Amino acid sequence: MNVVIPGNADPASSAVSARKLARKRLTVALILSAAMIAIYFGFMGLFAFDKPLLGTILMPGLSLCIVLGPLVIISSFALCLTYVLWANRVFDAGIRNLR
Amino acid sequence: MGSSTLSIGFFFAFMALTLAITYCAARRTRTTEHFFAAGGQVTAWQNGWALAGDFLSAAALLGIAGIVTSNGFDGMIYSIGWLVGWPIILFLIVEPLRNVGRFTFADVVAYRLRQRPVRVAGAVGTLAVILFYLIAQMVATGSLIKLLFGLPYTWSVVVVGSMMLVYVLFGGMLATTWVQVVKAALLMGGGILLAILVLTHFDMNPLKLFAAASEKYGTKVLQPGSKVVSGQWDAISLGLGLMFGTAAMPHVLMRAYTVKDAKAARLSILYATGLIGVFHLMVFIIGFGAMVLVGPETVAKAGGGGNMAAPLLALAVGGNAFFGFICAVAFATMLAVVAGLTLSGVATLCHDVWTNVIRNGTASETEQLKVARVATVMISILAIVLGIAFEGQNVAFMAGLAFSIACAANFPSLVLAITWRRFTTPAAVASILVGTLSSLVLIYLSPTIQVDILGKSLAAIEHEWWFVSLRNPAIISMPLSFVVAILLSLLTPEKNADLAFDEMQRRILLGPLQPNINEPARAKSAA
Repeated sequence: MNVVIPGNADPASSAVSARKLARKRLTVALILSAAMIAIYFGFMGLFAFDKPLLGTILMPGLSLCIVLGPLVIISSFALCLTYVLWANRVFDAGIRNLR
Repeated sequence: MGSSTLSIGFFFAFMALTLAITYCAARRTRTTEHFFAAGGQVTAWQNGWALAGDFLSAAALLGIAGIVTSNGFDGMIYSIGWLVGWPIILFLIVEPLRNVGRFTFADVVAYRLRQRPVRVAGAVGTLAVILFYLIAQMVATGSLIKLLFGLPYTWSVVVVGSMMLVYVLFGGMLATTWVQVVKAALLMGGGILLAILVLTHFDMNPLKLFAAASEKYGTKVLQPGSKVVSGQWDAISLGLGLMFGTAAMPHVLMRAYTVKDAKAARLSILYATGLIGVFHLMVFIIGFGAMVLVGPETVAKAGGGGNMAAPLLALAVGGNAFFGFICAVAFATMLAVVAGLTLSGVATLCHDVWTNVIRNGTASETEQLKVARVATVMISILAIVLGIAFEGQNVAFMAGLAFSIACAANFPSLVLAITWRRFTTPAAVASILVGTLSSLVLIYLSPTIQVDILGKSLAAIEHEWWFVSLRNPAIISMPLSFVVAILLSLLTPEKNADLAFDEMQRRILLGPLQPNINEPARAKSAA
């Protein structure tokens, strides 16, 4: 299929920059996914293989898992926010230039 | 029974509101674009709420609160697992999905492959997920409504089934979206209020709540145990299933099409993640609140396998009115989730199976809408019949099975279709079928079916050659599905799929060249 990108004088160079942008997005996406997977399976790894450590009581009413559990939840949101901020600023600007 | 009258009153108010929404939506639902994707006119913010509404089932409020009440910390394993899949959707899936597909996830998998085989396989994977999840929801709904409102089980299932039929049949995606938004707002509001009421008993300090719990029931409630998830590798396998299953749930993915572009889809996932995260933190407080203020013994005595923890807590801290409200919210929650599931099943039957397989992509708008409505009636009747047939059965495993199948059948093919140039038709078909079948077989050979359902003793089957000790199949079935996909792709090179890869990447980046008019010829023929 012919790649037609309206408003761009040089389709060849725009195809190159499109590929660059796609690669950049994939890299960011993979790094953030890897971070999420590492955080989650780090936590689940402790849950599966080192329950005593995760059950360390830090102070009355607080154990290590009660600190780390909500931290996993918060870091999920933080990673999402990071991606969205990056995509809205860098990626969308790149898309606008392509068009 | 003042509380029962009140909860029925709240419930009728919800029914009236959602029926009014459906009536308004019905007048605006004229094309398949409207029926399956609300015409792409939902805003990111609305879609974020609707996603949260679609995803937070009664299990999220009643189930997890119950597990926390009786087991302490371990309930949070489910809360976390159900959340961590959302970032994966955001990073890897939602933008390609929105830009390449139209109504279903099979749109994306089949994009540069041979349509028919991939669509059939995609339909098998999707319908298996939907069916198991729907049965689990219907049975839980029937028994919960019986418990909450005293309505007989069969009637509860019929009422829920008929309501979801009405929403989907007449209002399509637009009505379903608004039902989800209303339900999510009620659920969040109710959950946050309940958590705040609990915390007022503990100087607004969660640590005092946890301390009170450990004083009463021992520090073990603050520590990970092995009752909820037994076995080390089983815990990892459960984690895999929850994370990547969430990222490939058809009814969640379908919502990417209801917004106007990839940017809105991206934002809606962010909002949904925030809402679901906050909700799960509240449920943790609610579970511990029920442990301290109601007591696990009282909750267990109320029946429903611990599901009454949240409603009983509402009664304890907020009185009859609040109890009624939480019961009605739970009912609304179940109703909304089954409606979302049904709609995504209908999309698969109509768009994938009928239009693209049976009619080879050339069905008229009118015909597609007719098929969609017939499919809606079929799925609703099936859900009601199966819901009644499985009364009293232990179907809790079915929800887990749905996530396992989504993780092993849908996720690998979706990710490979988006990112891997050499992915081919036989690989896509085989990976979906292998993922589905291996999940089914593994769970059948596990203690979940053999011991819990068939009643065999663990000692008797433990040493059989076929015995699988894992209750969660994802750790085997997902890698298996990936390996099958990669090997078959390398063995069966497909020139067209390879050539179309660059075009697909361009479309992932920029979206369709003419957004909103995907198939202008067909749209005209319908008008």
